Amino acid sequence: MSEKSRSFKGQKKTSSLLINAVLIFICLVWLVPTIGIFITSFRDSREIYGSGWWTVFPHKGLVQTAEITLPADTDPNAPITIEGTTATFEEWRNGVKLPDGRTLTWVGNKRSRVVKVEEVKWQWFDTNLTLQNYKDTLTGKTITYTDASGNTIQRQGNNLGSAFINSIAVSVPSTIIPILIAAFAAYGFAWMNFPGRKLLFTVVVALLVVPLQLALVPILRDYTALNLNGTYLAMWLAHTGFGLPLAIYLLFNYISTLPRDILESAFIDGASHFTIFLQLILPLSIPALASFAIFQFLWVWNDYLVALVFLGDKNRVVTSALAAMVGEKGQDWHLLTSGAFISMLLPLLVFFALQRFFVRGLTAGSVKG
Amino acid sequence: MQANMNQKSFLGQVLSWFTTALGRLVVALIVPLFTFLVLWQGYIFLRDSNAPQLVMALVAIVWGVGGVVLLYSATNFVVEQLPREWTRRLQPFMFIGPAIAILVWFLALPTVRTLYLSFMNSTGFEFNGLKNYVFALTDRIMLEAFRNNLLWMILGTGLSVGLGLIIAVLADRSKLEKVYKAIIFMPMAISFVGAGVIWKFVYTYRGEGVGIQEIGLLNAIVLAFGGQSQPWLLIPPWNNLFLIIIMVWLQTGYAMVIISSAVKGIPAELLEAARVDGATETQVFFRIIIPSIQGTLLTVSTTIIIFSLKLFDIVRVMTGGNNGTNVIANEFYIQQFTYNNSGRASAIAIILLIAVIPVMIYNLRQFRERKAF
Repeated sequence: MSEKSRSFKGQKKTSSLLINAVLIFICLVWLVPTIGIFITSFRDSREIYGSGWWTVFPHKGLVQTAEITLPADTDPNAPITIEGTTATFEEWRNGVKLPDGRTLTWVGNKRSRVVKVEEVKWQWFDTNLTLQNYKDTLTGKTITYTDASGNTIQRQGNNLGSAFINSIAVSVPSTIIPILIAAFAAYGFAWMNFPGRKLLFTVVVALLVVPLQLALVPILRDYTALNLNGTYLAMWLAHTGFGLPLAIYLLFNYISTLPRDILESAFIDGASHFTIFLQLILPLSIPALASFAIFQFLWVWNDYLVALVFLGDKNRVVTSALAAMVGEKGQDWHLLTSGAFISMLLPLLVFFALQRFFVRGLTAGSVKG
Repeated sequence: MQANMNQKSFLGQVLSWFTTALGRLVVALIVPLFTFLVLWQGYIFLRDSNAPQLVMALVAIVWGVGGVVLLYSATNFVVEQLPREWTRRLQPFMFIGPAIAILVWFLALPTVRTLYLSFMNSTGFEFNGLKNYVFALTDRIMLEAFRNNLLWMILGTGLSVGLGLIIAVLADRSKLEKVYKAIIFMPMAISFVGAGVIWKFVYTYRGEGVGIQEIGLLNAIVLAFGGQSQPWLLIPPWNNLFLIIIMVWLQTGYAMVIISSAVKGIPAELLEAARVDGATETQVFFRIIIPSIQGTLLTVSTTIIIFSLKLFDIVRVMTGGNNGTNVIANEFYIQQFTYNNSGRASAIAIILLIAVIPVMIYNLRQFRERKAF
C-alpha cells in the first residue's frame, strides 16, 4: 500500500516537472520576441546590423584580436600566403580558418591589404548600450546616425513624443466619456420605466457585433461636412460610438443586479434619480466601471484603423506614427524598436497594475464589434 | 451686526425670488445658456489657439470630460425644474438619450447608409446596381482575400483556442500559475502595430553576401540548424502562416483567461470521483473537462473568429496585403482610401456585416431567453 502511494507520489512529481517544463518553454517563446526588440532598442545603430541582439548575452564567438597590414607589394590577384597559409583573394575575403583556430579575413577591397585576425573566445555581457535611439525617435527634428556600412545618414525624426501626447489626449476622454454615457444609460435601462425600453435595449444588443468598418465611410462624410477630421473631438465621438454597445451591456448586467432595497430606501428619503445615480450607483459600480475602463483604454490606445481614418496625418497618435515609421524606415531597426517600445509602455503599465480588473471584465464580457 | 442682518435678509429675498415661477424659468434658461457658452468658448480655443501641444492636450481632456459632465448636470437641472409629472416622464430620456443618439449616429444609421452606398458608384451619387457586389464576390483580389480570411479564421482561431486550452489546463496544476498566465496574457496589452514591429524583427531577412549577418531570430535559428535563411514574408502562401502566428501570439492570452476561469468552475468532486474510479488524466481531459467547458469554448471561438474576420492592422503594417496576404478588411481600406471607391468599399463592409449576422441573432436570442427585462 505504502509502496503504491509512494510510486504515485513520484509519478506526480515527474508529471509536475514535465508540466512546468512545457509551460516554461511556451512562456519563453512568448517572451523572447519582445525581449529582442527591448534589447535592440538600446543598441548602437551600427552594431544592430553586425550581430543579432542575442549577442549582448555572454556567448562564445569570434572576437577580433589583431589586424595585419600586408606589405604594399602583395599581389592580390595571385595566391597570397599569410601566417603560413596560402589562399586566393576570394578565399581570404570569405575568411580562412588557420590550423591554430584563428580566422583571418580580408577587410575591404583588394587595395586595402588589411587582414583582421579573429579568435573564438567567451564574451561577457555587451555593455555598449545607449539611450540615443529613444532620443531620436521622440524628436521631430532632423536626426543623424551611422548605418551598417558606416555612412552617416540624416533623417527626419518621427516625433513620437508629440504622438504620445496626442495618444493621451485621445485615449483619456475616449475612455471616460463612453463610461459616463453608458453608466447613465445602464441606470436608465435598469431602474427607470419608459416607453420603448425593451426595444431600445434590443437595439443595443444587436449593435454589439456590428463591425466598425460599416460606420467608417458614412461617418467620414459627416466629419468632412462638419470639418471635424483630424480633431480630438472626432476621435472621442467615434470611440464613444464604437465602445458604447459593449459598455452599456456590461454596465447594465452589473447595475441591474444591485439590490433593489438600497434604491427604494433612497427614494423614500426623497432623493432624485440623478442624486441616487451619482451618490449611490456610481460608487457601487466601481469594479464594473474599472474593468470596462481598462478594456476601453487599451482598445483606444492600441487602435490603428480609427486613428488612420479620422486623424490621418494630423495629430498622429503613437500607433499611426509607428505604422508610418514602418513604412518610411522599414530597415532602421534601432528606431523601429525604440518606437515600438514607447508605444507599448503605457498600456503595459496599466495592464500589469490593473490586471485583476481587466481579467474580471473580460470574463464578464461578450463579443465586441 | 445690523448690516449683516440686512444682508442676510437681502440674500434671503434674492433666494426666495429664485423659487418663484418666473425666477425658476429664468434660471432654467440661464443654466443651459451658460453651459453652452462655456463649451463653445472651449471649442473656439481648441480650434484656434497655438498654445504648446501639452497645454492643448490638457485643455482638451478637461474640456471633453468636463463638457460631458456639465451637459448631463445642466440638462438634469432643467428637467428637475419642470413640474413633477414632466420630470418623471422626461428624466429617463435624459439618462438614455445621449447614448441612443450616439448609437444611432455612429452605428445604426451608418449601417443603413453603407447599405445604400453599396448600390451606388464610386462617388456615391449614381446608381450602380449590383456591380459592387459582383466585384466583391467574384473579383480575383476578393477571392484571394476570402481564402486568406478563411485561413485566419480556421488556423488563427484553432491555434489560439487550442493553445489557450492547453495552457489553462496545465497552468491549473502548477504553483507558478499566476506568473505563466501573466506572461502569456501580456501581448493583450500590445497594439497590433507594435506586435507587427516585434514580429517583423523576428522575421527579418538580410540576404546573402560577404560579412552579412542574419539579425532576425527566425533566420538565425534556421541557420543554426543548418538551414538556409529565407525572406519569410515574401513567400506565398506560407507568409499568411507567419502573419497568423502574430495573431495567435496576441489572442492566446485572451482564450486562456476565459477558459481558465471556466476550468476552475468545474466541481472538484467531479474530477476527484473520476480519478478515484481510475480514469487516466487524458480521459479526465477529454471526457470531463472538455464537455464541461463546451459553452465557453464556443463563446471564445466565436469571439476570435469575428476578430479574425475584421483583422486589418497586422496585414496593413506587415505586408500591406501584397504577396498574396490580402484580407477583406484591408481590401475595404484600399478601395475606400487608395481608389476612393466608396461603392465597392461599402459592398465589402456589408459582406462583413452579413458574416456576423448569425452571431447577432444568437446574441438576441440569448438576451430574450434571459428575461432580464
